[in-house]
Amino acid sequence: MKTRYTEEHEWVTQNDDLFTIGITDYAQDQLGDIVFVQLPDTDSEVNKGEELSVIESVKAAGEIKSPITGIVLEVNEALDGEPELVNESAEDSGWICKIKCPDHREFNSLMDAHQYQSFLRELS
Amino acid sequence: MVPFAGYEMPVSYPPGIIQEHQHTRKHAGLFDVSHMGQILVEGNHCAELLEAMMPSDLISLQPRQLRYSLLLNEQGGILDDLIVFRTDPDRFVLTVNAGCKSRDLEHLESSLGDQLNISMIPGNSLLALQGPDSASVMQVLGQPTFDMGFMQNRNMKIADMNCNVSRSGYTGEDGFEISVEDSLVDRLAETLLADERVMWAGLGARDSLRMEAGLNLHGQEMNDSLTPLDAGVLWAISKSRRPSGERPGGFVGAEAVFDALSRPQEKRLVGLVPEGRAPLRSGVELLDQADSRIGHVTSGGYSPSLLHPICLAIIDSRHSAIGTKVYASVRNRQIPATVSALPFVKHRYYRCS
Repeated sequence: MKTRYTEEHEWVTQNDDLFTIGITDYAQDQLGDIVFVQLPDTDSEVNKGEELSVIESVKAAGEIKSPITGIVLEVNEALDGEPELVNESAEDSGWICKIKCPDHREFNSLMDAHQYQSFLRELS
Repeated sequence: MVPFAGYEMPVSYPPGIIQEHQHTRKHAGLFDVSHMGQILVEGNHCAELLEAMMPSDLISLQPRQLRYSLLLNEQGGILDDLIVFRTDPDRFVLTVNAGCKSRDLEHLESSLGDQLNISMIPGNSLLALQGPDSASVMQVLGQPTFDMGFMQNRNMKIADMNCNVSRSGYTGEDGFEISVEDSLVDRLAETLLADERVMWAGLGARDSLRMEAGLNLHGQEMNDSLTPLDAGVLWAISKSRRPSGERPGGFVGAEAVFDALSRPQEKRLVGLVPEGRAPLRSGVELLDQADSRIGHVTSGGYSPSLLHPICLAIIDSRHSAIGTKVYASVRNRQIPATVSALPFVKHRYYRCS
């Protein structure tokens, strides 16, 4: 399983053709207390760059753009009742959805962990 | 940190908005509100002259008392809301919003500048201690306040620092707003925070607390084109200054406000509770069942006390009855919301018995 990152602070973990997507710990910290996650519809098609989800914190709404093109196979329904899971465990049980995508090129073009860490250092 | 009316201010401190908010409702939150403007007005017949600028009864306001008031334009629109504090028979301090303070000063000077001394008070900081433990925190610091009611003021020495203290605030809780010289404010904050019941709280908690308390924010629920009726603050117009009062009118905007009073009210400020968990933010349009636009959300967010979203909204009076269902249009979805009573969280101001 490989994990890659976007400049919009999403993480994507590959498991064959299935990609799990969430926001990074850095992103949840910037958003503050999360009170609502609008999940995408399962079986919907999404294109890279299109709105996938909206995360609302007490401070602001953050739009999550899809880092890859594919079909939403599964969403993290636990977030309906417990959106704070994203604060508590952004890069694990706070995942947002799983997207199926046979073409791995978009995924492979994203940053690896090392590159993302350098990217974060440049921000601060 | 975010820019706010020319100041760099924290939205939250490390604990985060929800904890700061809940701590304030349960114990006490400390807010740095030094950005607020304090305008000094003094001179002979100060109360009578100031009454020409505000719809409040200032003549009967006793020294050491505060009153909530408004500055209106000729059309009855709200230029600013403020706290009027009578320090002495012929001396008042007006606490005004940061974003409006220079305009307020000009507005007052243009009408009263040749009869009264009007100036910004420089060099003062303002801390707000808010929450049910506030009075006990003051007591521990040697300042019993059981005989000091809501909207009263007194000078105090807190740990040897000269402070001017009002029992007032913007959270719906009991609390104090403490004015102190800039050079002492760090020490005053440390003194208050030394009590473990006191926690720093930022702009985010200030906003969610005042929303729950149904208190307006200028620029959101109030602006130059909304009258006190539209914004639900008719109560700020003292009985004696109303059409049937002892000194009716005589303030800027009186004719427009009285005219509005004589006609059916077109729109009003209401509370809304959206269904589900998605917060509705300011600017979101509100629709009736037939998809006609009937108003908009003026402030909205998550209520850390009630654990669901809440909003303030200005809507067509025909849809303003408590229990009415309206629809918010957000990201191509329609979220139903119910008109509900204000405040969302009961005020707990201190009254002397």
